[in-house]
Amino acid sequence: MDVFKLFSRENSSSKNVAKERLRLVLVHDRTNCSPHFLEMIKGDLLNVISDYIEIDEDGLDIKISKTKRSIDDAMVPALIANIPIKKMKAK
Amino acid sequence: MGEVIVVTSGKGGVGKTTTTANIGTGLALEGKKVVVVDADIGLRNLDVVMGLENRIVYDVVDVVDGVCRLRQALIKDKRYSGLFLLPAAQTKDKNAVNPKQMQTLCNELKEMFDYVLVDCPAGIEQGFKNAIAGADKAIVIATPEISAVRDADRIIGLLEAAELRDPLLVINRVRIDMVKRGDMMNIEDMIDILAIDLLGVVPDDEAIVISTNKGEPAVVDNVSMAGKAYRNITKRILGEEIQFLELDGQEGFMSRLRKLFGMK
Repeated sequence: MDVFKLFSRENSSSKNVAKERLRLVLVHDRTNCSPHFLEMIKGDLLNVISDYIEIDEDGLDIKISKTKRSIDDAMVPALIANIPIKKMKAK
Repeated sequence: MGEVIVVTSGKGGVGKTTTTANIGTGLALEGKKVVVVDADIGLRNLDVVMGLENRIVYDVVDVVDGVCRLRQALIKDKRYSGLFLLPAAQTKDKNAVNPKQMQTLCNELKEMFDYVLVDCPAGIEQGFKNAIAGADKAIVIATPEISAVRDADRIIGLLEAAELRDPLLVINRVRIDMVKRGDMMNIEDMIDILAIDLLGVVPDDEAIVISTNKGEPAVVDNVSMAGKAYRNITKRILGEEIQFLELDGQEGFMSRLRKLFGMK
């Protein structure tokens, strides 16, 4: 949370809003991945994980972002899922 | 043997034609033999921006169709030696020419000129494919707006797919006051997103509107910021190392930019 506070002033300028929106839209453009496609992945992930873990479905965030590839530092698309855990299911 | 450079952007209205006219004229002022080719068939404008609209007899479609010889369609700009225009047809559409024909045409022009600058139409369809068909290099124009940058990114991808590698970026219509306020993406932001090398930065300048009104490219005048920016771009194309314009006189901005380039 503090991290967000730290960047809040910087992020409020409209060029940073533009930049952030561009980053997201370009990742989708470049990977040819639609929001509908993401929703499908999200649904399937939920189904699989729910067998083992009780998760907070409202807090689930899944997106395509960019990350540095470790071998040559080239920027590559990455699927990032942030899945808050409520509790582990007893096996 | 000359070099064919296509000026493209994806989005319309970001300054392709103005940039083509200014770089073409700038290269002619530097003593090069230059032809600017209007590939925007059906919506020609390079002729009016260059102030040569009253001299058109034949156009690029006439050349391709064999109605006239190539030399007959070339309009010599009497003000600047070595500068020629090959106008687009106004009454035809993009399908009047195909990529193969454009390639042949560009190869022929390369034999005659040091630089062949092709003004690409907006969009990614036939007109774009025609314009890039004979190109050796590409210049991508983008303004610091979300839509222009997005389209530029798409164009860069399409250029790479067509094996036109390492396109160079011209950032057009930068408003220094807005960049300072944080309400416009700066040069660093745009290079960061598009990940291509920078060829030049042109400030938003009334001089461009005035010079277009008159049909005299701004690169010729010695006072305007935009004219200066285009002269610098011309010199960089010729291989000179020219520092990027001090757009705002603010230390932080330019030193950040230099650092960016020092790092490379």
